[in-house]
Amino acid sequence: MDNYEAVIGLEVHVELHTKTKAFCSCPNEFGKEPNTNVCPICLGLPGVLPVINEALLEYAIRAGLALNCEIAAFSKFDRKNYYYPDLPKNYQISQYDLPLCRNGYLDIEVNGATRRIGITRVHMEEDAGKLVHGEGGADYSLVDLNRAGVPLLEIVSEPDIRTPEEAKAYLEKLKSILSYIDVSDCKMEEGSLRCDANISVRPAGTDILNPKTEIKNMNSFRAVQRALEAEIKRQCAVWAAGGTVESETRAWDENKGTTVPMRSKEEASDYRYFPDPDLVPIVISPDRVSRIRRELPELPDARARRFTSEYGLSAYDAGVLTASRALADFYEACARNYRDPKLVSNWVTGEFLRLVNARNLEIRDVKLTPAHLVEMLELIDKGTISGKIAKTVFEEMFDTGKRAEEIVKEKGLVQISDEGELSRIVEEVVTANPGVVADYRNGKEKAFAFLVGQVMKATKGKANPQLVNRLLKERI
Amino acid sequence: MEIYDLTAHELAEYIQKGELSAEEVTRAVFSRIQEVEEDVQAYVTLTEEKAYAQARHVDEQRRAGKKLGPLAGIPVGIKDNMCTKGIRTTCSSRILENFVPPYNATVVEKLEAAGAVMTGKLNMDEFAMGSSTENSAFFPTRNPWDLNCVPGGSSGGPAAAVAAGEAVYALGSDTGGSIRQPASLCGIVGMKPTYGLVSRYGLVAFASSLDQIGPFTKDVRDCALVLNLIAGHDPMDSTSAPNPVPDYTSFLTGDIKGVKIGVPREFFGEGLDPRVAETVRNAIDKLADLGAIVEECSFPYAEYALPVYYIIAPAEASSNLARYDGVCYGYRAVPEKGEKYDIIEMYMKTRSEGFGAEVKRRIMLGTYALSSGYYDAYYLKALKVRTLIKDDFARLFENYDVLVSPTSPTPAFRLGEKAGDPLTMYLSDIYTIPVNLAGIPALSVPCGFVDGLPVGLHLMGPAFGEGIILKVAYAYEQNTSYHRARPPLQGREKVKASGKTSGGR
Repeated sequence: MDNYEAVIGLEVHVELHTKTKAFCSCPNEFGKEPNTNVCPICLGLPGVLPVINEALLEYAIRAGLALNCEIAAFSKFDRKNYYYPDLPKNYQISQYDLPLCRNGYLDIEVNGATRRIGITRVHMEEDAGKLVHGEGGADYSLVDLNRAGVPLLEIVSEPDIRTPEEAKAYLEKLKSILSYIDVSDCKMEEGSLRCDANISVRPAGTDILNPKTEIKNMNSFRAVQRALEAEIKRQCAVWAAGGTVESETRAWDENKGTTVPMRSKEEASDYRYFPDPDLVPIVISPDRVSRIRRELPELPDARARRFTSEYGLSAYDAGVLTASRALADFYEACARNYRDPKLVSNWVTGEFLRLVNARNLEIRDVKLTPAHLVEMLELIDKGTISGKIAKTVFEEMFDTGKRAEEIVKEKGLVQISDEGELSRIVEEVVTANPGVVADYRNGKEKAFAFLVGQVMKATKGKANPQLVNRLLKERI
Repeated sequence: MEIYDLTAHELAEYIQKGELSAEEVTRAVFSRIQEVEEDVQAYVTLTEEKAYAQARHVDEQRRAGKKLGPLAGIPVGIKDNMCTKGIRTTCSSRILENFVPPYNATVVEKLEAAGAVMTGKLNMDEFAMGSSTENSAFFPTRNPWDLNCVPGGSSGGPAAAVAAGEAVYALGSDTGGSIRQPASLCGIVGMKPTYGLVSRYGLVAFASSLDQIGPFTKDVRDCALVLNLIAGHDPMDSTSAPNPVPDYTSFLTGDIKGVKIGVPREFFGEGLDPRVAETVRNAIDKLADLGAIVEECSFPYAEYALPVYYIIAPAEASSNLARYDGVCYGYRAVPEKGEKYDIIEMYMKTRSEGFGAEVKRRIMLGTYALSSGYYDAYYLKALKVRTLIKDDFARLFENYDVLVSPTSPTPAFRLGEKAGDPLTMYLSDIYTIPVNLAGIPALSVPCGFVDGLPVGLHLMGPAFGEGIILKVAYAYEQNTSYHRARPPLQGREKVKASGKTSGGR
């Protein structure tokens, strides 16, 4: 396998969260009763006509620019014809030979190295409905058209990706950029981002193009990475055994951990694309493109660079903090109001993210505010609480949204800095542990830490650690 | 003259003056329907109750002193491919036989807002594919001038209904001549407006880049009035033009002195019935007598219009008609007891049973033309030639205000005469098709008879040149009397003897 390298291209579909659907005025919403979020247009009833949602165009141009694409001055919609019960018109309004955006790229970082992955095209299309198969053992399928007509972007990468890890990094970066520009929430698990992969392998260092397979049915970034790993292994084994990889579509089987054949290329459909006569060509003025470009927010790469220079963060921390716009915003709101931005970074990349993940939250749903975090850091500075106690306070703030001071008061967590009281406790600890004290005096540094621990235990962690250190050292 | 023989503008005047109520007019039209419908068979669905309710509403408004619109209270028939909320809309197809739309086409909304009285839904060739209305899945409509003849198509129902007094005016659709050819064959006025002038929202699509809704009327003034009502931008139709709409009656001056009229010689070639040619030539002489400047001209790409049309229209149709699959609405094939269909079988049976032969033929033609490997040679080539045809027209309209030709190469033909030969049937639209390809407006106005069957004069104008077309047509009509002739419904006994063709209503 070491003698082979993979050639991978990804085809990503993202749902845009416009207010209304792509070609009708139904709300673009999820979770309604089946077939209630529909109208004659998205149902494809006889006689209806599509009218493009201007927001779709706006979002698509924004995405194209954020992905460094050229925006076509002249573009059009085409019909992709195929029969499927979740497709009410039996054609999908899509874009074929004149996509809105072309020739873009995004940069990924894997193992410390930056690689640029080309983006062939970004085009607009409408989503189909959903089939519900054999519910309650039924021998029929049901159609839910609530999703029919939801606007999608199809983002096609160049076959520049070489490893499954890069594929995952590409998806993470894509998600980060699209969330930054607020066009999609890109949740693969919820289907608002879907990914198919084209993959072939070849002897490392050559530029042979071997037959490729298309991998479908991957439901998370992790699944994409695993599926590609499995597929590389499979293809390498086929070549190594003197066989030939067949051009075909395969499905990722999460349970088996392998890809399985779906259909061969001979079974591929002829989509009979032709320009949709119901929609007029899309003409985009340079002024409109410049306006949208001006209105783009600072994107993750630029923001990470600024974080390293402005706040003195490491490239790694800056990358973690800027991967999500909400996280970067949270960080920056704290960092701007606190003397030590690096300390803020430690808290945000550390405790904050740990709790976000542990509680399975979205950053925007976190109750803790940046101002409250800054207040807590200032309490540490003032010596009101210790850094250790702060972790407890922080978790409580995170879960309840209460201010640090309030929590400290409620739980009696104020740090003990009373020298008289601490001296008394130190005396007790030293008396109770003569052996350990002797060890320390014989040069065992670890023994000292044990004694500090005993003091902290006796004070339920509230003792001022610097003071304990000094008092202990003085005593023994 | 009977009430049902009057034009819309004549009836509107009576209604506005209070000399006739909308209800009386409606009753006159429905009793005419009662009298002749068995022979003509123009209607797929009658909406008598709704019509009376609408008529009474107009009468109430008049009594309340409200100002009535120019067509308020006038009975109108709608071709059965325009969606009518709560009233089935079949396209004369088995596949939509029981389809009841939950919404109104924009033109229907406009009619309702204007106080129109809807008599019902009119027969047509299935999905507007045909030139004789014999492709209706339910029954053929007959020509009121000779019941053994076809009324033309695809809007045979609207044309026959207006000619026979079963509606005062009607709305049809024209993809390759489907308004103008039946208007010509039934001796009435029919107009296909500029593509984009009238909203297509709610018109069941045949070929989206060619379809256009237009009026069938008894004279040119009615045509201008109906156009006033239905024209205008619609945000629900992306292809609808934003142009402001003039008052089309303002063009009805009767004066055409100095108007330049071109006569493309290619429209008088092989296949044209010499008696029709003579009738049309006489009409052109009449225009010259009225002061128009008439010149022969050339339209070199005319001969390519028919083949181009029979690539583009079926290609679009193959995609437009894909939605009739039995999944969400319309006809669905049901398996025999104990049998089960998988999805592919359900699709195939539904569409095999639901569509008629001509529709299937065109779906196959269009699917073929769009298939990979054939697209460039057929569809793309056709689009290029379509541009050449557009350019041809544009060049001619630099020199001429209107172009004239026969509307149809022959008068009405007998039922069954061309039914077995699609190619011969397609030639029936040879003069009307180029107009749809170029998207320009054209009108057919009665200009004489051949053996008692009407002949139409075809007037073509530049895009959004409806005004000049109406001006010329009006001047011609005011100096002739063909538009006042009413059909004799001859051949009635014969039809009676042969029995009713088929049911379906």
